[in-house]
Amino acid sequence: MPADGGIGASTRRREDVRFLTGKGQYTDDINIRGQAYVHFLRSDIAHGKINNIDISDAENMPGVIRIFTSKDFEGVGGVPCGWQVTDRFGQPMQEPKHPVLAEGKVRHVGEPIAAVVAETREQARDAAEAIIVDIEDLPAVIDMKAALADGATKVHDDLTSNLCFDWGFVEENREAVDEAIRNAHHVTTLELKNNRLVANPMEPRVAIGDYDAARDEHTLYTTSQNPHVIRLLMGAFVLGIPENKLRVIAPDVGGGFGTKIFHYQEEAFCTFAAKAVNRPVKWTSSRSEAFISDAHGRDHVTKIELALDENGKFLAVRTDTYANMGAYLSTFAPSVPTWLHGTLMAGNYTTPLVYVNVKAVFTNTVPVDAYRGAGRPEATFQLERVIDKAARELGIDPIELRRRNFIQPDQFPYATPVALEYDTGNYQATMDKLVEIADIKGFAARKAESESRGKKRGLGIAHYIEACGIAPSNLVGQLGARAGLYESATVRVTATGSIAVMTGSHSHGQGHETTFPQVVAEMIGIDPGQVDIVHGDTSKVPMGMGTYGSRSIAVGGSAIVRATEKIIAKAKKIAAHLLEASDEDIELKDGQFTVKGTDKSVAWGDVCLAAYVPHNYPLEDLEPGLEETAFYDPANFVYPAGAYACEVEVDPETGKVEIMSFCAADDFGNIINPMIVEGQVHGGLAQGIGQALLEHCVYDENGQLVSGSYMDYAMPRADDLPSFTTDTSCQTPCTHNPLGVKGCGEAGAIGAPPAVVNAVVDALYDMGVTHIDMPLSPSRVWSAIQAAK
Amino acid sequence: MISVTMTVNGKPVSGAVEGRTLLVDFLRETAGLTGTHVGCDTSQCGACTIHVNGRAVKSCTMLAVEADGAEIATIEGMATPDGSLGVIQAAFKEHHGLQCGFCTPGMVMSAASLLAENKNPSEAEIREYLEGNICRCTGYHNIVKAIQAAAAQLG
Repeated sequence: MPADGGIGASTRRREDVRFLTGKGQYTDDINIRGQAYVHFLRSDIAHGKINNIDISDAENMPGVIRIFTSKDFEGVGGVPCGWQVTDRFGQPMQEPKHPVLAEGKVRHVGEPIAAVVAETREQARDAAEAIIVDIEDLPAVIDMKAALADGATKVHDDLTSNLCFDWGFVEENREAVDEAIRNAHHVTTLELKNNRLVANPMEPRVAIGDYDAARDEHTLYTTSQNPHVIRLLMGAFVLGIPENKLRVIAPDVGGGFGTKIFHYQEEAFCTFAAKAVNRPVKWTSSRSEAFISDAHGRDHVTKIELALDENGKFLAVRTDTYANMGAYLSTFAPSVPTWLHGTLMAGNYTTPLVYVNVKAVFTNTVPVDAYRGAGRPEATFQLERVIDKAARELGIDPIELRRRNFIQPDQFPYATPVALEYDTGNYQATMDKLVEIADIKGFAARKAESESRGKKRGLGIAHYIEACGIAPSNLVGQLGARAGLYESATVRVTATGSIAVMTGSHSHGQGHETTFPQVVAEMIGIDPGQVDIVHGDTSKVPMGMGTYGSRSIAVGGSAIVRATEKIIAKAKKIAAHLLEASDEDIELKDGQFTVKGTDKSVAWGDVCLAAYVPHNYPLEDLEPGLEETAFYDPANFVYPAGAYACEVEVDPETGKVEIMSFCAADDFGNIINPMIVEGQVHGGLAQGIGQALLEHCVYDENGQLVSGSYMDYAMPRADDLPSFTTDTSCQTPCTHNPLGVKGCGEAGAIGAPPAVVNAVVDALYDMGVTHIDMPLSPSRVWSAIQAAK
Repeated sequence: MISVTMTVNGKPVSGAVEGRTLLVDFLRETAGLTGTHVGCDTSQCGACTIHVNGRAVKSCTMLAVEADGAEIATIEGMATPDGSLGVIQAAFKEHHGLQCGFCTPGMVMSAASLLAENKNPSEAEIREYLEGNICRCTGYHNIVKAIQAAAAQLG
């Protein structure tokens, strides 16, 4: 192991210097000579028939180069969906076309109708205002249950209804679950909503299309979490551009949180328009546009029932969920309420029977897709809320009830009734750690102190598990994924021993440029400063499925390990030749290749030089050079888990909730860089607390987005949040990836919402409050107190 | 078009702008200083925070013409003369006070302004002062730590 900076070191981030000095290069910082600017004219109504688009005045406005409508996209494909769900009856989901520019109808506020390409941003915007669109208003369908009622207006006229699919899982368990619930000693029922959110990475989306006519080559610069996926989807399904003629670059990206996974129309438009006008074409989203065009998250309406025996053992779980798809199917939308949600309904518990029903619904709203956690927060929220409610109904301590039902450490690997096999975990240990760091024993005294000041104090517990490190390709293929979910890495060693690692993972805040070199440096025993990471460019990285689902270190990191292992194996052969020994006798330690049991050695740098200056080299057996590629496809998901505790004070007069403390005890398996892992937990907690207390994406009955800016959508600010107490000392390493790592990116966003809501309900339970839907704004909390009186 | 001249990080910058050109767009496009970011269009997020005549200002709230003759400092001017990180910047790095980096320039400029006004702010004072700077990555925990550490170092 290197003196410092290897696996387990809290190495400070090398990317920070450029971000701290204004030298980051985000997509909007890129300007190409001769570029023109795009402004999209977007629908200001939720549902309407387009009778006519008159661009004659607009075309004559100053600076206008060309105006595009759907007529210019005849023969161009729609934006594809990457996951096909099969319904309870064996039928494929209903899958409407998602055009680049609206065809015939508009189906949500914000849908692009026309696009102006002009010399300046202002001229493009001015001209867009001069386009006259004749739209006939149609009734908007916003509420999911109303959208499924007989005679409801259809979002897509060519589909049979607004039902995208009716999914049952595990369908064979349906009757057994019904029977268990019918016969149970106790059944706790909870109806709840998982509030609709907007991901809101601080960098709005940007796309720049560039076309080289002499070479017939397209380049797209875009704010993406996965440039190769964009190249594949856009090239093969939308524009028909061969991948060798299409380069996609995602440079520094200012946060993603899921919403920058997806392929968006604006990317396809800029790529298409750059060729059509033979100019580079740039679009920069405003924040207002982001609210009406970035895919939203969550938006589930659920009824969950938990059946228990007389000892508080869980017998069965049954849930019915309505999941909003919005007006079109975004890239991974169908997977979120199904395979990323239903498979998590066993939680950390030994519940033998689970049945999950999900009805996915089209509405006249922005498409809904993965947002930090994606399906797993929705599963965890309902499960951890209903367990808490059951504990209160049965008079059992909520921690004790969870402990009675935990999968025990000696039960791993554990096959759940919902198709997952958890490889490792120790939930009693994470709960023990939480009880310690949250000083649960001292809660009663703190509660008494709060009450002496007229405040209600509550303690909320949640224990989450998530399946991440997405995902085994053969499994997801069976489940409907239209892509593989491996990751690739190329390790390229130079003649002087420095290393470039080309990874298909993409960093948009996660610190890959720091952590990945820690892994390679540890394996070879060199300074991490000799290792650089290359990512975000399809012309430099062989292939990449990108970063989401907490997969970068578990899948991308494992690919880097596999490629580095190949490098080491070849380097040992070169060393054996130089040392006149056999391959098997060569050991690598601290950057030195040594013949076992002797003091004969050769340094890493000398071996690298020999690989590229092969004067003394086994050329008959070995190619010169030192570069290897590996594709890693995981054998299973990884299963981080953790225990969270939130303490709140509620002002019963105003309904205001203040978080007094938030403690998180997580098991992420082995950890490469503890500082970065802790930072990921903080960010997840902030988004989870934001969902629980503040954030709410609201449409009115006409489909107008009421919360369309930071004036109306409550982003968590510094003074809304406490400092956090985190612990990652409980570590049960993953058994199936070479680093023993689990993911950490989504944990906080998954575990925090039920902890916060459980805390507020705990505070107000003696006043008769048993549930409040998120976000727990002062008005909702106050109203719940009044209603319970 | 209107001609404007201002001093940016100690150097004169001139350009012709429309009356409606925002100061942030002048800095990004005319001055070529892309460290100042645009994260919203309602003056809420603070990614575009700079110093105008020594005071922290959201540069999307000013027109370029209003800054004619002003002294402007941006993130590009915050390093020490030898190019190494200033105290606040170094504290953000040491305490992992940034992830994606997009809000970071505005955060650093606000932090500098806070510490100029209040040499020893409490955690609550830091959190209140940063109310106009939104970060989506860090949960603010490490930003607060970084500013506390910078305050201690600056004395």
